[in-house]
Amino acid sequence: MNEAHSENSPQGSGPLFLGPDCDGDRAAFRAKSKGMTDKLMSVSEAVSQFVHDGEYLASGGFGGDRIATALLHEIVRQKKQNLGFAAHTATHDYQILCAGNGTGRGQLLAKVDVAYIVGLEARGLSPHARQVSESGDIEFCEWSNYALALRFQAAAMGVPFLPSRSLQGTDTFKHSAAKTIHCPFTDMKLAAIPALSPDVAIIHVHEADRFGNCRIRGTSVTDCEVARASKHVIISCERLIANSEIRKDPTLTVIPFYCVDAVCEVPYGSFPGNMAYEYYSDEEHIKQWLTVEQDEETYLAFLDKYLFGVEVFSEYLELCGGAKRMEYLRQLELNPKETE
Amino acid sequence: MTASSETPECTPMELMICAAASHLENDATVLVGTGAPCAAAMLAQKTNAPRLTLMFEAGGVGPNLPTMPISVGDSRTFYEGLQATTMADIMETCQRGMVDFTFLGGAQIDQYGNLNSTIIGSDYRHPKVRLPGSGGANDLASFCWKILVLTPHDPRRFVEKVDYITTPGYLSGPGSRESAGLPPGTGPYKVITDLAVLGYDEATKRMQVESLHPGIDLKQVQERTSFELLVKDPLATTPAPRAEILEVLRNEVDPHRYIIGRG
Repeated sequence: MNEAHSENSPQGSGPLFLGPDCDGDRAAFRAKSKGMTDKLMSVSEAVSQFVHDGEYLASGGFGGDRIATALLHEIVRQKKQNLGFAAHTATHDYQILCAGNGTGRGQLLAKVDVAYIVGLEARGLSPHARQVSESGDIEFCEWSNYALALRFQAAAMGVPFLPSRSLQGTDTFKHSAAKTIHCPFTDMKLAAIPALSPDVAIIHVHEADRFGNCRIRGTSVTDCEVARASKHVIISCERLIANSEIRKDPTLTVIPFYCVDAVCEVPYGSFPGNMAYEYYSDEEHIKQWLTVEQDEETYLAFLDKYLFGVEVFSEYLELCGGAKRMEYLRQLELNPKETE
Repeated sequence: MTASSETPECTPMELMICAAASHLENDATVLVGTGAPCAAAMLAQKTNAPRLTLMFEAGGVGPNLPTMPISVGDSRTFYEGLQATTMADIMETCQRGMVDFTFLGGAQIDQYGNLNSTIIGSDYRHPKVRLPGSGGANDLASFCWKILVLTPHDPRRFVEKVDYITTPGYLSGPGSRESAGLPPGTGPYKVITDLAVLGYDEATKRMQVESLHPGIDLKQVQERTSFELLVKDPLATTPAPRAEILEVLRNEVDPHRYIIGRG
């Protein structure tokens, strides 16, 4: 790097919680069994087996859309501690994980790579997530949605970084862990975005077989990259399908079995989130979360009832209106003009 | 005051949406969020820009929106759509120069159109308020050709210096986007508020008032802005929406008044 460049080549001062380690990742991926074995297990088994204190977690979907709610609840219920978390448009998923901070159960989140936290888009800010995020208990590094997507993409490609023209010139860059580089062909200034290979990812899909071959309908957001970038992957699915079904149309497989460690069948597993072509988001229930958070006592009682007081996700669904409510959300998804 | 049938009474929010729609062009692409920007893009599609393509950051392309989406990633964003793709695909479509317009917002905006949606307060580690952060805004403002902002006109929003530049406007003035490494020819385009339509002076890249909404005077706009505004010469009056446009907005775009009802 010449002097003119180093003068103009700032780097972000944010902490790099997990830096690129392509050869370390290769060794981990080599050691991982590629056997097409039966990975079907319960949500609680999957979380206790593959999510450990101090590890780095990535969560699929888009905040309140196709999120792995059942797995998120279980992570909170098992009181996992000091996790790292990649928050690209983390909305209700971040809100759920924040239930493990500041509620008398230690500290679930310790380090967060932020693209979007605290807010639930147009629904407003989560009072508890805000409190947790302003407390100073969590260390943050700032990114953008595309930057985090590139971090997963780089790890999925097995390279240490990818370039972007975004972030540059802003405080978002200053509080990131990106570095300025110059293109070896054109000298163009670019932000180098470091690869991120999470210890474990949780992803909710429409259909999977018991070996972990997965189908997603609608937008896949960044989940195909997250699944390939992560050392371990827990899949929850709306429906378990036969391997023979997968083989009928392999063009539909977006995550292959060899990336996957556990498969859990959880109908309505993204509730109260939106699952494309299955059910729409339950805005009343999300509003209830946001409302109870305004008062600590009410919030803790809410968590005791809906999260800590249940053993399996289907009990939570029952508390939220059960089959009748789910059918309404299904109609809202499939016939939006008529149902509204 | 009696409104003529040509210029019926409308709320500030309706006027903002109609003004925003009028800046969108046919055969163009627009990356939209939820709420008012989405309403503006839908209105443009039904009026001045029938071949405008809507895109959403989580991967939705060209939906026939049945109702307003609640999330920019929800299934409405690709309902009867043309494509349901990845977030990176959408962002890269922007980065390679195929997306003309985007709508962004923030808690604070300065005279160069820089936006803050990360923290209120001067201490990053101990902010007065922690806000969501960039989401996709930093990327979209870096990549899309023209950035529109729809916002209430409030002196706490229109500030001399934003507490934190989440999303780039013209940064510190002419040439600073380019020297930072952002694609040339991109940047803030219009700011549409409940008082006025503002643009940016070509030479200084500073925000300037281009048109005042009917019944608003320049003094009111300056009073609601915490930095000195430039004023375009001649200063225009924002055209009041025509009756048939308002009808489309009220009857087809937002029949349940989710957005315009708040105006």
